[in-house]
Amino acid sequence: MAQEVSCLKAQLREKEEEIVRLKNKLAQLEQVRTELFDKVIPLTPLKAKAALSNDDIMRYSRQLLLPELGVQGQLNLSKTSVLIVGCGGLGCPLAQYLAAAGIGRLGLLDYDEVELSNLHRQVLHGEKNQGQAKALSAASAVKRLNSTVECIPYHLQLSPENALQLIQQYPAANPLTYICYAGQTLPLVSASALRLEGQLTVYNYCGGPCYRCLYPVPPPRETVTNCSDGGVLGVVPGIMGCFQALEVLKIASGQVSSCCQKLVIFDAQDAKFRSIKLRPKQAGCAVCGERPSVTQLVDYEAFCGTAATDKCRKLSLLSRDQRITIQDYKSIVDNAEPHLLLDVRPLVEVDICHLPVSLNIPLLSLEEKKSEDIRLLKERIGQLKKQMSGDCQPPVYVICKLGNDSQKAVQVLEKMSGSEVDSITVKDICGGLMAWAKRIDPTFPQY
Amino acid sequence: MAAPVAIHLEFGGGAELLFNGVKEHHVTLPSQSEPWDVKQLLVWIQRNLLKERPELFVQGDSVRPGILVLINDADWELMGELDYRLQDQDNIVFISTLHGG
Repeated sequence: MAQEVSCLKAQLREKEEEIVRLKNKLAQLEQVRTELFDKVIPLTPLKAKAALSNDDIMRYSRQLLLPELGVQGQLNLSKTSVLIVGCGGLGCPLAQYLAAAGIGRLGLLDYDEVELSNLHRQVLHGEKNQGQAKALSAASAVKRLNSTVECIPYHLQLSPENALQLIQQYPAANPLTYICYAGQTLPLVSASALRLEGQLTVYNYCGGPCYRCLYPVPPPRETVTNCSDGGVLGVVPGIMGCFQALEVLKIASGQVSSCCQKLVIFDAQDAKFRSIKLRPKQAGCAVCGERPSVTQLVDYEAFCGTAATDKCRKLSLLSRDQRITIQDYKSIVDNAEPHLLLDVRPLVEVDICHLPVSLNIPLLSLEEKKSEDIRLLKERIGQLKKQMSGDCQPPVYVICKLGNDSQKAVQVLEKMSGSEVDSITVKDICGGLMAWAKRIDPTFPQY
Repeated sequence: MAAPVAIHLEFGGGAELLFNGVKEHHVTLPSQSEPWDVKQLLVWIQRNLLKERPELFVQGDSVRPGILVLINDADWELMGELDYRLQDQDNIVFISTLHGG
């Protein structure tokens, strides 16, 4: 009896040691999995599960009850890899719902780091993640939600050099921005959101068009607005990202997406969804047509003439003597030199913050020569001229948020000078109010 | 002589900003010798609704790249594009593609 007890005790000790060993191994593996990659790495193919575990059954029970999904659908999800390009306003809810539903593997790609101005819509990131790579922050949040989902965070930008190698490893790709690639027939569940509107299409799917079939020519770059310029209500990409998750789950579980050859338009202001029938795959398409002229990946930044990021562009319309630095403007203020400061941002931005001495006339009103605004401008230039001695031309300094619109306004004002208004000297303030906040007055708000 | 055509125009995805932010327009195209088609409609819109910066809406005799035209909830490519003959009560949507999120 005593021998049997000590034998059992020895066996238990052995098993306990084994448990500790296995736990350490698992922790190490999980550590490796949340490592951040700055390049594409080879991945082992996902293995299909033979059956659901008891934990799986409990976790997914509420969706297993749906005949549209069922056990087979759930098993299909667990063997699907999805690449999410962009862990922002769309990518966050998309990753969240795919992980919650039990997708097998998520590639999470983003070149950017978390900023405070992201948090209103990029809901996987928190205050403590500021400065962290978005891909890593999203991966940690996804892991907290469902530790059985394999996450591969990539801290890089999709480029002609890495795209093919990367996308080939993910049977369902979800790039959120402008990509199109040769020889690939993976479904592309693509959405976008801006201001109070969203759009969604599933490309390369069930006879529907590819991106290039639908948009053979890129839009002029000045017509493309991003969220940091145009603004976006966070819940709008939230809704569109959830919509993407829905369509990915249908495709991954073995059902058919309802959005093939369709464009879904969401108008958040009117709470209206609309589904549009699109053209089919085009025989004459340069990428997927019968005689494609694009057979290799092209540099999309060069093709579209714009960066494939959400960062603001820097315009350069003026010569150096038509611009002054923010420090120059600070000296003008400090020396109390008579001048007119013209803020050309839209009223909604002026309400956020402005310099107290500025006169606000939005660029659009200047361009359209709105009579009320021109009268006001004339009046202020007249007052300034009276203050100044001699015949010198009153100086007008133009400011906006970053120094792009202000350059356009300088061009408009130079044409008006001497005709619609008295002769003036117009100069643009480089870097705009955000340069003022960064270099001159740290208490001035940034947005 | 073709009779006047009453149609419903809609602008979205930011294209409405070229029309003072007004998304929906009910318009009547006057009677003319030829039947109205989309090509003529684009000229009419430029002359009557779009006062500023036409280059943000049209390019040559078509819409600029990045604007999708929908005729009665279908891609205009399925309907004959510029040659589609407008019918009374047609719904024509001009939607600018969104990027990012």
